[in-house]
Amino acid sequence: MAKTKQTKNGTVEKKLIGLADLVITAAQRAKDPTMAIPIRALSNVTFNERKGLLEMGHKKQARSFFNVGMAKKFMQTMLVADALSELQRAELTTSLREIYYRTKHTIQDSHENTFDTQDESDPIIEDLEVSLVALREELHVRAENGGSVVGPLVLGDDGDRVDCAKLGKGGYSVPSIVEPEYVEIRRCTADFVLLVEKGTQWNRLSEDKFWRRYNCVLLTGNGQPPRGVRRLARRLHEEYRLPVYVLVDNDPWGYYIYSVVKQGSINLAFESQRMAIPKAKFIGLSSADPERYELPRNVGIKLNEKDIARAKELLNYQWFQKPAWQAEIKRMLTSGLKYELDALANKDFQYLTKKYLPRKLKEKDWLD
Amino acid sequence: MATHKPPVSAAKSVFPSKIPPQPPASKKTGPRADSAVTAVEMGARQREISVSEFFTKNRHLLGFDNPRKALLTCVKEAVDNALDACEEAGILPEVTVQLEVVATGPSAVPPVSQATRFRITVTDNGPGIVRQQIPRIFAKLLYGSKFHRLRMSRGQQGIGISAAGMYGQLTTGKPVKIISRTGPKAAAHYFEVQIDTKKNEPLVHENKQIQWEQPRGTQVAIEVEGRYQKGRASVDEYLEQTSIANPHVRLIYRTPEGDTKEYPRAYHELPPSPKEIKPHPYGIEFGMLLKMLHEAKSQTLSSFLSSEFCRVTPALADEMCIAAKVSPKAKPRDIRGAIAETLYQTIQATKIMAPPTNCLSPIGEKAILSGLYKQIKGEFYTAVSRPPSVYRGNPFIIEAGLAFGKAPDGATKPEKPAMPLAEGEQEEGDSELARVIRYANRVPLLYQQSACATFKAVLATTWRNYGIAQSRGALPAGPMVIFVHIASVWVPFTSESKEAIAEYDEIHKEITLALRECGRRLGLFLRRRERAASEFRRRNIFELYIEEVVEACNRLKGGKLPTEKLKAQLHKIASSRTGGIKTDETLGKTGAGPEGLPHSIIVTADGIEGDAPPTPHVSRTIVPVTEVPDGIRIEENRPSSKPGRRQTAKPAPAKRGARRDAAVPSFAKMGSVAQPAGAVRTRRKAQLTRKKR
Repeated sequence: MAKTKQTKNGTVEKKLIGLADLVITAAQRAKDPTMAIPIRALSNVTFNERKGLLEMGHKKQARSFFNVGMAKKFMQTMLVADALSELQRAELTTSLREIYYRTKHTIQDSHENTFDTQDESDPIIEDLEVSLVALREELHVRAENGGSVVGPLVLGDDGDRVDCAKLGKGGYSVPSIVEPEYVEIRRCTADFVLLVEKGTQWNRLSEDKFWRRYNCVLLTGNGQPPRGVRRLARRLHEEYRLPVYVLVDNDPWGYYIYSVVKQGSINLAFESQRMAIPKAKFIGLSSADPERYELPRNVGIKLNEKDIARAKELLNYQWFQKPAWQAEIKRMLTSGLKYELDALANKDFQYLTKKYLPRKLKEKDWLD
Repeated sequence: MATHKPPVSAAKSVFPSKIPPQPPASKKTGPRADSAVTAVEMGARQREISVSEFFTKNRHLLGFDNPRKALLTCVKEAVDNALDACEEAGILPEVTVQLEVVATGPSAVPPVSQATRFRITVTDNGPGIVRQQIPRIFAKLLYGSKFHRLRMSRGQQGIGISAAGMYGQLTTGKPVKIISRTGPKAAAHYFEVQIDTKKNEPLVHENKQIQWEQPRGTQVAIEVEGRYQKGRASVDEYLEQTSIANPHVRLIYRTPEGDTKEYPRAYHELPPSPKEIKPHPYGIEFGMLLKMLHEAKSQTLSSFLSSEFCRVTPALADEMCIAAKVSPKAKPRDIRGAIAETLYQTIQATKIMAPPTNCLSPIGEKAILSGLYKQIKGEFYTAVSRPPSVYRGNPFIIEAGLAFGKAPDGATKPEKPAMPLAEGEQEEGDSELARVIRYANRVPLLYQQSACATFKAVLATTWRNYGIAQSRGALPAGPMVIFVHIASVWVPFTSESKEAIAEYDEIHKEITLALRECGRRLGLFLRRRERAASEFRRRNIFELYIEEVVEACNRLKGGKLPTEKLKAQLHKIASSRTGGIKTDETLGKTGAGPEGLPHSIIVTADGIEGDAPPTPHVSRTIVPVTEVPDGIRIEENRPSSKPGRRQTAKPAPAKRGARRDAAVPSFAKMGSVAQPAGAVRTRRKAQLTRKKR
């Protein structure tokens, strides 16, 4: 395993050094050093219906040094590349914010900083990920440990055996890098994976030992699931053939979280190959549920303008074109209300664990 | 009340609308019964009051409201008089102002900030005053030469200096001390005078001949209660502003702290002496007309009209008489009542030529420029003199000037070390607002700015059009001084203390036009500078970043990169991509300035505009040498700038070159000696009597 890591690192480092060569060659030929960066936007994303995931197109934008508008970004890209190669050589992993601090300094003889805020350095790291076709993990950049897992699952992490069934109600905090080289799945006896949007609902299910009764792995990403959580779900899905169900709020953002898990995100479409779970199912909260589960109207929240605009955007996305989905979103728009998962507590604190999910699973009431 | 103000009823009679004061009323009676006073009793109390008494009580009307302002007013009156006298006598003024702290009682001299009593000594090199006139000029209110004629001067009524003396007398009990000498062969006279406030007559305490080192001139010393404080509306500010609007004056100021400041003469030419004019028919009120008719010396109405008013020809006079259905041959004294009123209305309805404007003496664009340039550190100066205009029959001229920026000052300061900025921190922006300096007949106006027509016009001007930020209803923002001057035979002040100019439509319009012209020129300058700066920034960006990129590449390559070579290669690309040598020239890189601007006086900042520079002085290519372009752009290091170092972006076409030659030397000359050729001006030798307001 150590060996594979070594070779991989080697290639990434080579790619980073390639950027320096690009500048040197261009300078020798008296040309403007220019790098091509794939565009990370909806315009450069296609939905592959056969594979059921988002794929990045081939559109690229040129970033050249001798262009007033791009000069600073070009310089910043070189600085980030330098910092990343330093990580490679030292075999360290780091956070986005540390990269920002590492590359920030005041340019000689001026009042100008290389970076003013982290908002400037983060997109550059993503630029490098896509243009070098290297995963963030391969670049040794980790995100926050943003999720938790509990269930009949045994993991190996840095040689430690982690039995996710014996971690109380807190569970195991999912690291941002869960590649086999880092986290090993030793055993999994669950029947399915339940990915919950909100930590509060995950806590409820964990506390009620829902996973034990229904033999599942409970995952949460506290909002938009971070890469580690998505990757872990994908590995469980792929390696243990477990179906994945997604439980989110009934609002446009919930729908989008589901779609990111299923097809991948627009911003990092190139990672869908490795992250997306095209067979993931949307278990709730559906816009049909309030009626079916007799949620009173007064626990709904009125859709605001942003919600409505976002829902209309979703209606146009290629991957929401299935009639069931169109109906689902339109139903929400017609009702003018959104519902939080927490609203289920209106009926009973344990309504989610004892009534809602059991009935959903029994009726196989989910959207694809 | 009664004890405090003995001449109470008399004073009140000035304001007839007020109720006559009641004597101490006998207790519980109603207001009517016992306390009533008979007309006879009242009549016994009614008596005349003298002007001096009136102003003793109402000193705020003359600008003596508080000790600080009083000190300023005294200096101001003395300096204004000195300047008026010198100019009228055709002498380039040299005025020394000295402020000294005076101890009160037996105690030691207090520090300046604590001091409450000052001696003000103002010395000039003017014509001096004949001996007989000295007491009355300095110790009699409303005595002077300026009130009865329509001619532009600083003082108007003849109150100022005697009021200052009176204030001194009132607060310190000390007389005004005067030394005056009318020429090297005449003796110097020393006077100590006070004013008899009851009679408004001078009281001479001391009168002797003395030895005086000055061959000619006048010195006034007044001791007053006052407060000395720097800052807004201070003596210092007044003197500084005086020196801006009067660059022909050499002003020496000895501060109470014992320092000596000199405001040198920057302009070696006296302002043209204004002519006296007769009143214009439009400016006359009905009552005034009646009085004039009554006092007329002329035999016929027609000759009265044509001789007593300006711009009325005998033919026009006849025409007006006929239109008013009066005989042109009628005796002026016989015109009364309804006939007079018809005549008055006819005159107002008749189309009469605007009054002559040679009664005005504008400062002149050239002099304003040198004044601003001398006192205010800036990068760009411009001045506009409007053509004369008329309000209510009084001719006036508006002049505006503008000084922008602070580069020369900043350039001398050592560049402060680059301080890295933390996240969320920003480079300190300039939130400074423009400063407005206002003048009426060359006298700075320091109080009541917001009530003044000039200030309102500055606010009403849309400075944003000229690239200057301006919040709603506020002054424009930026390092800028806006200069506005009104010259008129009769400046319409809003009050007797002469602090703000009244807002006549005609005046407002003229000020606005002048300001807009200044603004346009400033906008032009700013745009040009911005263009040059952005080119520079473009290049600069690459130069800044090349260093970073090369270092990053070097580290990526494991530190084995020939960095100098790579840098040189990149610099070459950068230079070729930003216009190469041509840009170097535009940016003055060859001479290197802080902003890449050449240090010289540039009239046309760059040639991109083509052969027709948009500043309005294009048409002046053929005017005589004495004319100076109205917009002058100055970089640091200016005195040493030689014509050879001057640069324009493009080789100037012959026409522009000629203009430059015409323009620059004359400006350079202002710092040197003589008056420009062709500027011979007739100077009237004024009679050697001191004028006062």
